[in-house]
Amino acid sequence: MARMKFLCDAERCIECNGCVTACKQENNIPWGVNRRRVVTINDGVPGERSISVACMHCSDAPCMAVCPVDCFYRTDDGIVLHDKDLCIGCGYCFYACPFGAPQFPQLGAFGVRGKMDKCTFCAGGPEPNNSKVEYEKYGRNRLAEGKLPACAEMCSTKALLAGEANVLANIYRERVTVRGSSGDIWGWATAYGQPGAPGGRAPQPPQPGAQPAPGGGTKS
Amino acid sequence: MTGRTALRVLIAAAVGGFLLTLAGCGERPQVVDYKQGTYQGKPDTPAWKDKPWNGNREEWNVALDTRAQNQNEYKRIR
Repeated sequence: MARMKFLCDAERCIECNGCVTACKQENNIPWGVNRRRVVTINDGVPGERSISVACMHCSDAPCMAVCPVDCFYRTDDGIVLHDKDLCIGCGYCFYACPFGAPQFPQLGAFGVRGKMDKCTFCAGGPEPNNSKVEYEKYGRNRLAEGKLPACAEMCSTKALLAGEANVLANIYRERVTVRGSSGDIWGWATAYGQPGAPGGRAPQPPQPGAQPAPGGGTKS
Repeated sequence: MTGRTALRVLIAAAVGGFLLTLAGCGERPQVVDYKQGTYQGKPDTPAWKDKPWNGNREEWNVALDTRAQNQNEYKRIR
C-alpha cells in the first residue's frame, strides 16, 4: 500500500514561494486561502532555514479526530481528505492541526466563514474524478492523471518532494550520502554534494581574499 | 349534555389523542445519524479506478513512482 507524503529539504529551499504559486494556480484557490506557504526561521540571519508547509496528511490526523461531523477520511494511499458538503466550518480542525493547514474562506468585511479548505495532495475529493464539480470544490485531481502534486513538481531546487514515502526516503538518502552531511552546515555543497562526489560541484579555485565557506561550498 | 354524549366526546378525545401520539412516533429523523469516529460523507473513487488506469492499481503505482524519480536530479543527470 502506497503512503503518499511530502518532504521538504530545508538545505535546498530558497523561499521562492514557487510551490505556493503553483498550488494557487493549479487549484484555483481564492484570495485569502493558502493551502501551502513557506515558513522561514531566523529570516535574514546567516544560516536561515525555510520549509514549505501544507497539510502533512498525518497517519493519525488530529483534524480527523476532532471533527464533530466526521467529514474527514483517509484514502488507501494515506491522503487525508474531507467532504465539503458535510463540513460545517466550525474551525475545530484548525485548532487541532499543528501545521495550520485548514483554511477558511471569508466572505465580506464581517468575515462570514466558509467551509474548510486544505491541501488535497492534488487528489481532489469525494466527487467523480476529474469532474467539474470536483475541480470547483477541491481543485485539480492530478493523481488520477498519474501526476504528482503541482507544488513539488514545480519546485525549482527540488527542495519539496512528493510521492510514495519509500521512494522519497531513497531520494533523500541519496542526497544526504552525496552531501556527506545531514544539515549541520549550509551552502551549495551541502545542498548539492561535496566537490568530487557524484553530482557534486566541481572544485572552485580560491578567490584572493575570500574566506572558504563551510563544507567547501559558496555561501549564498 | 347527557351522560352518553359526554362519554362520546371523551372517547373521541381519547382516540384523537392516541392517534396524535402515534403520529409523533412515526416522525422521520431530520438530522444525520452520526456514528462517532466514522466518516459520514460521500464515498470517493480511487485515483486509479478511472481512465487511463481502468482499475489497474499496479500500473498507476509504477507511473507515479517513475514520475517521482524526476525529483532525483542525481538520476536525471546520469
